[in-house]
Amino acid sequence: MHPAYSVILFTTASGAGYGLLALLGLVGFNHGQASSVAFALVCMFIALGLITIGLLSSTFHLGHPERAWRALSQWRSSWLSREGVAAVITYVPALAFGLVWSGLIDAPRLIAPLGVVTAVMAMVTVFTTGMIYASLKTIRAWNQMLTVPVYLVLGLATGSALLAGIASLFERFQVFQAVLTIALLLAALILKFAYWRMIDEAPRDHTMESATGLGSIGTVGQWEVPHTSENYVQKEMGYAVARKHAKTLRRFVLVLLALALLAMLASLALSYFAILAAALALAAAVVERWLFFAEAQHVVTLFYGAKSA
Amino acid sequence: MTEPAVNTSPKTWDEIKTTTCYMCACRCGIKVYLKDGTVKYIDGNPDHPVNKGIICGKGAAGIKQHYSPARLSKPLLRVGERGSGEFREIEWEEALRIATLWLSEVRNTDPKKLAFFTGRDQSQGLTGWWAAQFGTPNYAAHGGFCSVNMAAAGLYTFGGSFWEFGEPDWKHTKYFMLFGVAEDHGSNPIKKALGKLKAKGVKIVSINPIRTGYSAIADEWIGIRPGTDGLFVGALIHELISAQKIDGEYLLRYTNSPWLVIENPGGADDGLFARNAQGSALVWDGHSGTPMPALSPDAEPKLMGRFKLPDGRRVVTSFQLIAERFLTPEWAPEAVSERCGVPAGTIKRLAAELARTAFEEQIELDIPWTDHLGRYHEKMLGRPVSMHAMRGISAHANGFQTCRTIHLLQILLGTIDVPGGFRYKPPFPKPPPPGVKPAGKPGQVKPNTPLPGPPLGFVTSPDDLLIDAEGTPQRIDKAYSWDAPLAAHGMMHMVITNAAKKDPYGIEVLFMYMANMSWNSAMNVPDTIKYLTQKEPDGSYTIPKIIYSDAYASEMVHYADLVLPDTTYLERWDCISMLDRPISEADGPADSIRQPVVEPDRDVRPFQTVLLDLGNRLGLPGMTRTDGSPRYPGGYADYIVHHERAPGIGPLAGFRGPNGKAQGRGAPNPEQLQHYIDNGCHWYYELPDHMKYYRHVNWAYLDWATFFGFMGKPEPVIHQLYCEPLQKFRLAAQGYGKVVPPAEHRRRILDHFDPVPFWYPPFEGEMVRQRDYPMHAVTQRPMAMYHSWGSQNSWLRQLLGRNWLYMARSMAAKLGIADGDWVSVTSNHGKIKAQARLMDGVNPETVWTWNAIGKRSGAWNLEKGADEAKKGFLLNHLISELLPEREGGYRYSNSDPVTGQAAWYDLRVRVEKATEQSAVSEPQFPALKKIRRAK
Amino acid sequence: MTSLPPPSAKKLGLVIDLDTCVGCQACATSCKEWNAQGYSAPLNDSNPYGSEPTGVWLNRIHGFEVKEEGQAHSRIVNFPRSCLHCEEPACVTVCPTGASYKRAEDGIVLVNPETCIGCKLCSWACPYGAREYDQSDGVMKKCTLCVDRIYNENLDVEDRQPACVKACPTGARHFGDLGDASSNVSKLVAERGGYDLLPEMGYKPVNKYLPPRPRRDAHTAKAEALPKPDGSAFDRLFVWADKLLSSKRVVGRVSDIDNSGKLEG
Repeated sequence: MHPAYSVILFTTASGAGYGLLALLGLVGFNHGQASSVAFALVCMFIALGLITIGLLSSTFHLGHPERAWRALSQWRSSWLSREGVAAVITYVPALAFGLVWSGLIDAPRLIAPLGVVTAVMAMVTVFTTGMIYASLKTIRAWNQMLTVPVYLVLGLATGSALLAGIASLFERFQVFQAVLTIALLLAALILKFAYWRMIDEAPRDHTMESATGLGSIGTVGQWEVPHTSENYVQKEMGYAVARKHAKTLRRFVLVLLALALLAMLASLALSYFAILAAALALAAAVVERWLFFAEAQHVVTLFYGAKSA
Repeated sequence: MTEPAVNTSPKTWDEIKTTTCYMCACRCGIKVYLKDGTVKYIDGNPDHPVNKGIICGKGAAGIKQHYSPARLSKPLLRVGERGSGEFREIEWEEALRIATLWLSEVRNTDPKKLAFFTGRDQSQGLTGWWAAQFGTPNYAAHGGFCSVNMAAAGLYTFGGSFWEFGEPDWKHTKYFMLFGVAEDHGSNPIKKALGKLKAKGVKIVSINPIRTGYSAIADEWIGIRPGTDGLFVGALIHELISAQKIDGEYLLRYTNSPWLVIENPGGADDGLFARNAQGSALVWDGHSGTPMPALSPDAEPKLMGRFKLPDGRRVVTSFQLIAERFLTPEWAPEAVSERCGVPAGTIKRLAAELARTAFEEQIELDIPWTDHLGRYHEKMLGRPVSMHAMRGISAHANGFQTCRTIHLLQILLGTIDVPGGFRYKPPFPKPPPPGVKPAGKPGQVKPNTPLPGPPLGFVTSPDDLLIDAEGTPQRIDKAYSWDAPLAAHGMMHMVITNAAKKDPYGIEVLFMYMANMSWNSAMNVPDTIKYLTQKEPDGSYTIPKIIYSDAYASEMVHYADLVLPDTTYLERWDCISMLDRPISEADGPADSIRQPVVEPDRDVRPFQTVLLDLGNRLGLPGMTRTDGSPRYPGGYADYIVHHERAPGIGPLAGFRGPNGKAQGRGAPNPEQLQHYIDNGCHWYYELPDHMKYYRHVNWAYLDWATFFGFMGKPEPVIHQLYCEPLQKFRLAAQGYGKVVPPAEHRRRILDHFDPVPFWYPPFEGEMVRQRDYPMHAVTQRPMAMYHSWGSQNSWLRQLLGRNWLYMARSMAAKLGIADGDWVSVTSNHGKIKAQARLMDGVNPETVWTWNAIGKRSGAWNLEKGADEAKKGFLLNHLISELLPEREGGYRYSNSDPVTGQAAWYDLRVRVEKATEQSAVSEPQFPALKKIRRAK
Repeated sequence: MTSLPPPSAKKLGLVIDLDTCVGCQACATSCKEWNAQGYSAPLNDSNPYGSEPTGVWLNRIHGFEVKEEGQAHSRIVNFPRSCLHCEEPACVTVCPTGASYKRAEDGIVLVNPETCIGCKLCSWACPYGAREYDQSDGVMKKCTLCVDRIYNENLDVEDRQPACVKACPTGARHFGDLGDASSNVSKLVAERGGYDLLPEMGYKPVNKYLPPRPRRDAHTAKAEALPKPDGSAFDRLFVWADKLLSSKRVVGRVSDIDNSGKLEG
């Protein structure tokens, strides 16, 4: 699949934003009102900012961004529509939570319930994003059990690293934040590793023979493509990263995550390392997301020369 | 939420007009949907006899041809050097004045200094007549590099031809053999028929080195080695004659098989038919034991035997000579198998299948008919084996004899114009060969005088050649000379080379129409470009003046001095005439017209109208009234309606006479074109059932055809298995007769003018070292581009915007070539670089590519760097128009020695992985300057 | 309305005969030209006269090589590919706006160009590559089964079929109601073993493909050869030639006939 930068930016930014937002909701649930208005506002601004940048960037790749509102209508069948709905709905508790948690509006009793609702909605939104991909039967690498968990955990891990980083700036860094981030990064690392194993081992059930139905006659190979220049389907769905290249990039993701882990450990000594950890985790997420697309083979490639998918 | 409302009955047009397609030579009926005067959609006309509603990939893309940015928009006069693309736009009046000046100078002094050649011209009835009126013998269309071998072999053998002159009896055939056809004339009818044959379970056998297109759906593919089809067919004949699985009655009655051939080795009459005082060929009457005229109803001719005539001459039947040839072991399947690349067992099986279908599955139609001798037949007997052959046979130096061999096979099986066999399309059959002779002998070309006949025709003896007393060719292309005596379509591929070498003489004006002779229509493109721009010591061009007419900015436009912009096919009147190349059905004659469905939005004029205008300005008698005024002031449409070739016979056969009631023959009808338009722009007359078969010998048909002007008199068309005209050339080569070849030509004539079909290896393969050039290289015509390969069509160029060199996986493995490698392809003449693609379905010793995809950068108003120029390529650069020198230093044309057909497919090459792998094809020519469009 | 309508009784679709398709592209260009001015208009091209020209085509013709067991050479199968108008089309259910829908009346899958936002997700969901994004138009395009032809009262009755079907020179394309077991297309599918592409994906394509028929060649045809008795083929031919004559009318005694092939008299 063609790794469109708008989609990569969208999923990684909004993933981190929702992860951060969910954790803030839990912080509010646990601790009540934030210790400083500035800290709370910065946290909320970054969370919602990332989410909003992500959502806006996702409209960049639309042919008709002005019609984007229509995407809220088909929540009964479409995960993309559900994601839109969830994203829009999440703004309501999130904004309300931000106002009460920061203390701009004084309603301490609402902090805990709004925190929970915000956290849940944030995770639901990331879940729907993951499901857009995981529900596509045409793309074996996405149509996997681990696709959604990776989205959730990476969102939380990057969000958690961000929270630790912001906290360090406000001198509110706590060991618990480091431990949580380390745990999430470790989970992301393990899940992603498991995901790659899974897609490497998952059977390639579809073949050029089953795509063309000519398998009953013999083995099928490509002879001529319909047009001598690449068409939309080939450009969009036919993108494939070289296996060697993908392997290097996978290692790069793991190294980035490991470095983020080390930075997080270092933050126990010097809290500012949490900022480095957040940057590393975000970088890992971007490369991971690029690979998520570039490594995904679409079934349609069977009509364009791929032997199996 | 409800479904959105969809308008399922939109009317996106305000008018539908019928006309005739021109995207290839198939000439289907089309319906053009127009909205506010612009073309919106084109589809097939269901009422049209050719395509019956279907349309091909090109036809449906006609809209992009019509609105192409490559269209020329104004007459152009060259102002820079030739090839520089520096032109000045001029008005038509100036253009016509210049052309008239150039042409009248030639006509006033020596008309043959005009070489007038046309390419994809569908108005040869007009252009050939114009040339004759002008007085130059130097006229032809592109048949010489197209398929003259097919036309000549068929017309000299049975008065018909493959091509568009006949077609298999699709309705009744039970076995179909297709030789060397990827895409060709009759493209939609063949496709339609193949679909029907497949549905009926009729076996289709395709003989073709490449298994694409029609070969892909054939039941059996014979991946033959190029140029060896004659051997393969000869082996089938060997098998059939050995087992007496031939139609003896058909041979006796309708062919010259029983005609007696004089055996007098070394004598002046050796190999000629024994004839009586009236000139009738003789047969040996088995009943009386005496010779009798071949067409006497009482004779019981013997098919085989050697006899002595009362005057003591020894004679043998034609058939015996044929049997003696093909029964020799050299024609056995085992003997030809390796050379053809076809297993002997396959050849034997195919022969058995042919015999079984022809003789055990024969058809009888309950249609009584009477033959040429008045014999009444209760039924029409059919042998349901049919064949079709084209380019793969034709484009070899042995194509004429190979095509004759195929016709021999058809006739031995008794399948010509019988139910289930191969059928004539009226106006065929014609006498084998047709009676018209080429004009242009010494003394016939005179200043300001029309030729006494048409420039093209059919020679039957050396006396008919266009040569002088020394044997020097009279035509610039050397057609009808000892180089190519039966060159019935001329030799356009030799014109530029010969003119530049002034061999046999220099010319003054080269006038061409729709012929891309500086690119994909030229053998040897680099030298052709050199010849077009070659200068004399005084700085003038060797070919002093070039006038060119085309609708598009083709590569050739850049080498013209004067460019006359033509209309597109949707902006003009045309007639698809039986005087030219018919669109008839086997069931009856048909013709059609084009009408202008849209007005030109540019300053262009239809070429045919321009030609008539020029004719009048030059004072050509057929185009000028005695008072000097134009005979056809209404242009081509006027000519189509009012021109008469013979009394009552004109370009169109339909709707003649008062009120358009007459067919075939009738006075010109001023309302004729309107009648055609009202009838969907075509006319078709279905013959009654008793005239649908055996037409070569069908009394009723022959009478009718004579009335229609298809033949001079109602004489039977006896199939000439033994071709006596060829023997006359051999006798001349032995020194007999008034016109004899110079010594250096004799061997070639003796070797190739065998009156009994035979096979010889293509010349190029014989003249280069096998080790140096082990592979064959051929092209195939892509179905979606054939005859529409200008690349000005933005849809078609998406389908095939570049080409690859296809080769067999097995061979590529041996040569260390991988899929996608760039390879160098070397012939004895040149070298190109192309990208290789591997496949299974190709003869392993053959490489091939799609024809005419490569374009010169800047041509066709494409952007520089277009894929056609960057990655596309032509094999033309590898092909020489001349063969290597023979003893004595003479270089013959790279053509069939009998007909002069360009031998494109004889090309031999060596393929290696290119040392330099950059993704650019070679050679790259300097980019042409874009032709500016008029505002 | 991306939730699917209840299954329609009428299932309009195409049956494509791979046995007779010669790959001529008539269906592809006919489709392009109709739809460039019809429901899907325009079908944009980018770089039409430059390098790597490309554009929106709703029907594309592939070529495959198929290697049969025991055969020396692969055969080439030309393979037209367009929307299969699935009974359970994922391209419809993933659409977030409802622009993509399956018609309740005849099962045709359409995109409403007024409401499509150009998110391309439907093209990701389609395993058949049937959806083509029009960059200039910003919406998704696809085969409409010529919904603006098949019911078009301004067209002659025989023209009320998809442009590709009308054009197809070899008759390899058939249009009809695959929901009706007695329709011509359903009968063809039954007779010829018409099949689904990627049936395992579960989208239940309506369009069916008819498989290429078995070849009848050196590997599969019945072994046959003409008899080859010992002795001279020429002599046998001579005897045959004379019988040919005598079967019509007696012309003389057998001993008078020279069958030596040598000179007579």
